[in-house]
Amino acid sequence: MHENFDFSVTDRILADHKCAQQLIIAILQDIQEHYRYLPREVFPYLAEKLDMSEARIYSVATFYENFSLEPKGKYVIKICDGTACHVRHSLPILERFRQELGLSENKHTTDDLNFTVETVSCLGACGLAPVIMVNDDVYSAMTPEKASELIKKLKEELANA
Amino acid sequence: MLKSRSELSALREEYAKAYAAQSRRLIVCAGTGCVAGGSMKIYDRLKELLRERGLSVAVELEVDPHGDVIDLKKSGCHGFCEIGPLLRVDPEGWLYTKVQLSDCEEIIEKTIIGGEHIDRLAYKCGCNTYKKHDDIPFYKNQTHIVLDQCGTINADSIREYIAVGGYSALEKALFEMSPEAITDEIKKSNLRGRGGGGFPAGRKWEQVRRQNVEQKYVVCNGDEGDPGAFMDGSIMGGDPHRMIEGMIIAGIATGASVGYIYVRAEYPLAVERLRTAITQAEELGILGDNILGTEFSFKLNISRGAGAFVCGEGSALTASIEGKRGFPRVKPPRTTEHGLFDKPTVLNNVETFANVPLIISKGADWYLGIGTEGSPGTKAFALTGNIVNTGLIEVPMGTTLREIIFDIGGGMRDGAEFKAVQIGGPSGACLTAEHLDLPLDFDTLKKVGAMIGSGGLVVMDDKTCMVEVARFFMNFTQNESCGKCVPCREGTKRMLEILERIVAGEGRDGDIELLEELADTIVNTALCGLGKSAPNPIISTIKNFREEYEAHIYEKRCPAGACQKLKKIYIDPELCKGCSKCARQCPVDAISGKIKEPFEIDLSKCIRCGSCLDACPFKAIKEA
Repeated sequence: MHENFDFSVTDRILADHKCAQQLIIAILQDIQEHYRYLPREVFPYLAEKLDMSEARIYSVATFYENFSLEPKGKYVIKICDGTACHVRHSLPILERFRQELGLSENKHTTDDLNFTVETVSCLGACGLAPVIMVNDDVYSAMTPEKASELIKKLKEELANA
Repeated sequence: MLKSRSELSALREEYAKAYAAQSRRLIVCAGTGCVAGGSMKIYDRLKELLRERGLSVAVELEVDPHGDVIDLKKSGCHGFCEIGPLLRVDPEGWLYTKVQLSDCEEIIEKTIIGGEHIDRLAYKCGCNTYKKHDDIPFYKNQTHIVLDQCGTINADSIREYIAVGGYSALEKALFEMSPEAITDEIKKSNLRGRGGGGFPAGRKWEQVRRQNVEQKYVVCNGDEGDPGAFMDGSIMGGDPHRMIEGMIIAGIATGASVGYIYVRAEYPLAVERLRTAITQAEELGILGDNILGTEFSFKLNISRGAGAFVCGEGSALTASIEGKRGFPRVKPPRTTEHGLFDKPTVLNNVETFANVPLIISKGADWYLGIGTEGSPGTKAFALTGNIVNTGLIEVPMGTTLREIIFDIGGGMRDGAEFKAVQIGGPSGACLTAEHLDLPLDFDTLKKVGAMIGSGGLVVMDDKTCMVEVARFFMNFTQNESCGKCVPCREGTKRMLEILERIVAGEGRDGDIELLEELADTIVNTALCGLGKSAPNPIISTIKNFREEYEAHIYEKRCPAGACQKLKKIYIDPELCKGCSKCARQCPVDAISGKIKEPFEIDLSKCIRCGSCLDACPFKAIKEA
């Protein structure tokens, strides 16, 4: 059906987890780490290899917040809106990121697939609120101005890459 | 591989000697906060500079060092994240704060080579300068039992953990005590679950131990999902072996041979450190088959969460480890009978397990001497919000909010007035100035309708709107509701809608009563802890700040001046020069006027975004 899709990555990940049904969450996490989202092609493939229904895999993939069925940007910007960040005014920072990138509550990823802007409930760095995370790096004591500077820097990085 | 108790003892002696011989230690904080501030770059730079100067550096405990060695380590969270990145210099016990990459050279020259203190990097408060870590009021007023090694030992080194006495409780449990005796000791200590509920851990262990089933499990709940809490993440990342030791002891006591640590996805650092710790323990034969040459075997796995708050609930957590959606189920049967893979399971929180080695080593009587009668021991809190000193703290149970906020926390930020403190996250409550002298323990808090929860303390000043805080928490729980039971799925949605209406200035007569009725129904009928406690922030804010709700509903006014939609923005005609800058900035064309004459804002169009306020060069636009 999807003969153009290369399943070698999925095969390797399945082998790492010994094709265990119980490890479906870890398997999906690894697939997402590679593709930055869950390509729809992998669902029937996983269902066959793991001998479980596609519906169950899909139910897991849609239940957990971290999984995305849509492609995400190269830079995933997570704005913490946990309590500590919220009371130290994290929302204007989120607004600034959206403004800078032309995104909104309903549109999280830029058309060029460079940036995704999301909110998270807590990054566990409350002492430095408000914080954000870009891929795996945490940026602390953010302000809307710092957000604009950061976008400028990341765009430069993209241009130089 | 260690094959017997004496081999471990011999190894400990060797490591302890090497640890005591370390004359110069540089401890870089590698907690999430300091790493975000660049502490790992500082670590690398220090290493590079030391080597450049021809000084020998050890990054792991060396049993037989040659000559003078400087020990450079990455530790867990020191707690005082506010003033990070932190660097501790031993043997002097100095603490350098807000260390920058550019400071490294001076630190090497002056402190390491010259032995001098750098005053500029010391912590200052008012007109006092605190050279030593232990003298800083933030630390001085705390009691570190569980966290005492977070920040002093190398978080990546099992050798250091063993050197300071680590895994001696395991030795005692394995060679001197029967499973009954271990369980009895934990029961006697009255160690209560640190995840929030406060259920006695010993009773859970007892229930699991008594069942004659071949396969049992020990599960550690590290799914610290409460926004505003990061204690468990810091323990897992700062002293991972202590928690692992607690889990192995639980395995001995209950007859379980497999353990799982469930860590939330937002803690990549904790996952990495735990993985390292497990590998190290396996290599030494402290985890795996026939531990220290005995019949007892214990295997430990890590399960990473995928972003679902409800998985902090026991039955949802075990479902998630099994590779299913994290749905809670009806109880009873309890997790202790039908837990992971339907087998008897001991499920405790990170901090609870971290207490276990201490109780086994020092005895239940020692433990009972700390804290209050009904809630012995200490509790770690994440102290955050509009307060001077934010960070990770540990205090004996029964400490008052006043001591925490004003003695340790240093009082309110920017001289603002204390208004409320939110305790226990989305399941907790907001306490006010009248509760400041309340001793914090499980039972006292329950009496005032609050709970310790996982231990987040978010301090709020007078600029925080309590209705907005209630909306914020309801938005969180509504989002995280798994959808299995109707009261939580539908009820939280309705409550959120009402709260959104109120903060938007569209509240109606009867809204408060309706919120109360909904809250009552959800508390009594929801399936799991998440639903049952979801209305708590609303119940407590209505109880303590009813007049704020009324001001929003009847006067369309936010007393704290925080609700955007209730702000009235106007242009002072005396100050306006008619430059039109504001009109050009306005995203909804709500501002109009003639050039060089005062402009006006059409409030029916205005969305209170505030961009005109920033745009005006004459400060003519004001909020009322």
